[in-house]
Amino acid sequence: MKLLAFDTSGEACSVALWCDGDVRQRLERVPRRHGELVLAMADGLLAEAGLRLAGLDALAFARGPGSFTGVRIATAVVQGAAFGADLPVVPVSTLAATAHGAFRQQGVRRCLVAIDARMDQVYWGAYRLAADGAPELVGDEAVLAPEAVPVPADADWYGVGSGWQAHRAALHARLAGRLTGELAEVFCEAQDVAHLAADLFAREGGVAAEAALPVYLRDRVTFSR
Amino acid sequence: MRVLGIETSCDETGVAVYDGERGLVANAVYSQVEIHAEYGGVVPELASRDHVRKTLPLVRQVLAEAGLAAGDIDGIAYTAGPGLIGALLVGAALGRSLAWAWGVPALGVHHMEGHLLAPLLEEPAPAFPFVALLVSGGHTQLVDVAGVGRYRILGESLDDAAGEAFDKTAKILELPYPGGPNLARLAERGDPRRYRFPRPMTDRPGLDFSFSGLKTFTLQTLNEELPRAADRAQTRADIARAFEEAVVDTLVIKCRRAVREGGRRRLILAGGVSANRRLRERMGQMMAEEGGEVFYPRLGLCTDNGAMIAFAGWQRLRTGQCEPLAFSPRARWPMTSLPPV
Repeated sequence: MKLLAFDTSGEACSVALWCDGDVRQRLERVPRRHGELVLAMADGLLAEAGLRLAGLDALAFARGPGSFTGVRIATAVVQGAAFGADLPVVPVSTLAATAHGAFRQQGVRRCLVAIDARMDQVYWGAYRLAADGAPELVGDEAVLAPEAVPVPADADWYGVGSGWQAHRAALHARLAGRLTGELAEVFCEAQDVAHLAADLFAREGGVAAEAALPVYLRDRVTFSR
Repeated sequence: MRVLGIETSCDETGVAVYDGERGLVANAVYSQVEIHAEYGGVVPELASRDHVRKTLPLVRQVLAEAGLAAGDIDGIAYTAGPGLIGALLVGAALGRSLAWAWGVPALGVHHMEGHLLAPLLEEPAPAFPFVALLVSGGHTQLVDVAGVGRYRILGESLDDAAGEAFDKTAKILELPYPGGPNLARLAERGDPRRYRFPRPMTDRPGLDFSFSGLKTFTLQTLNEELPRAADRAQTRADIARAFEEAVVDTLVIKCRRAVREGGRRRLILAGGVSANRRLRERMGQMMAEEGGEVFYPRLGLCTDNGAMIAFAGWQRLRTGQCEPLAFSPRARWPMTSLPPV
């Protein structure tokens, strides 16, 4: 199976090409320049592998939560490419991909993922990962104050993601006795999106291009008069 | 050459196909006006969220209506600015990516160039050179147009755009969103002789505009007149009429000046406010007096739409202009920086 995965949900811009378990990635940490890089990265990866877009099985993208504008860039890029090349799309949770990043880098299998959501909140998701890295969501993904994140019943969890930098004190106070370590520098990467998407696609297939939509979690963005 | 155009710079999602031989072959606009009505103005984040839901379905719809398949499109044009950056990014990312997938050239189009060239989609189309009055919620500009990409700004608003003045004054008159068209409707019932509002900056040379004082003047007049009005509804209509007359008259005075000074015989009107009936009448009279002609697009092409973007894109793509495999829309973008064709 071959798929191309995109992530523009945070400061980094990354694209990964998954070819039957082999993954190659391009990544740059360049805030606000995703549009200048993302398609050239994808095109470069395909050229390097001697593949054509239409020869892939699917496209994948980090569907959020994350920067609203950033998540929409990957969404719209994938919508355009998937429609143009007639490919299905696999949306992947940014939180789940971040948990997979912790597993890939450190073998961590119990992740409390917190991504800084500004406005004194974090995007939150607790994941248990199987021996092959497949994440299982415990509870729900949510956006909430660090003082209000759900506390797991058991111990031996890792704090993962940028939320652990932005709200370190509050999260440690809330989760005292449940934590074994912290991997605050781990962030969503396209290669992790690709891993999860390959598994999801094999089990469930993908969705049509126009059904590839962001998940913001934060839906209250205005104050009505 | 057939060009797909995508417009997402504000609160309208527009998609269209322009064919160099057959003209406009499909054009669809989805307006978000109901989404923003509750807030009394465009909420940028809500606009972006809606564009990402609506743009691709609209592309599919337009291609189906035109009976076109993937291989039938030779280029893609999308609005790259000026406008709301988050909204622009949706159309830019989708348009640029689709062009990549189809292996066709792409170009980011200037939104105001789209408006400016829209009258050329009509029969008869105005020949170059001409003077263009661009009037919308975001812009009031007088431009001397020698050809595509050969623009000289003659004058512009120093504060509120004409459409913005309409919308803000409509709020003062407690009219529902979108205010501009509702104000114009109310003004039709008004007596133009009851009040006379100032014509800002017409008593001095130059082609710049200033409309922010008019809304204050409207508010003052309303506060003085309404409490002692026998017929409050009629008074509000009369005030709306006086405001509209002042804006239209100011625009007419400046356009006459621009046409005379430049020795131009043709004037084009474009942008959302160019849909205003009174403005069209008065400009028609003025240009007849000047021995020239006025041109404007049909009503559906005055407000934001994909057709003007497809057409402006076609004007440039057909000459070989295109962009690398990247998109970087701009919230601000001076039209005079565009290359000539």
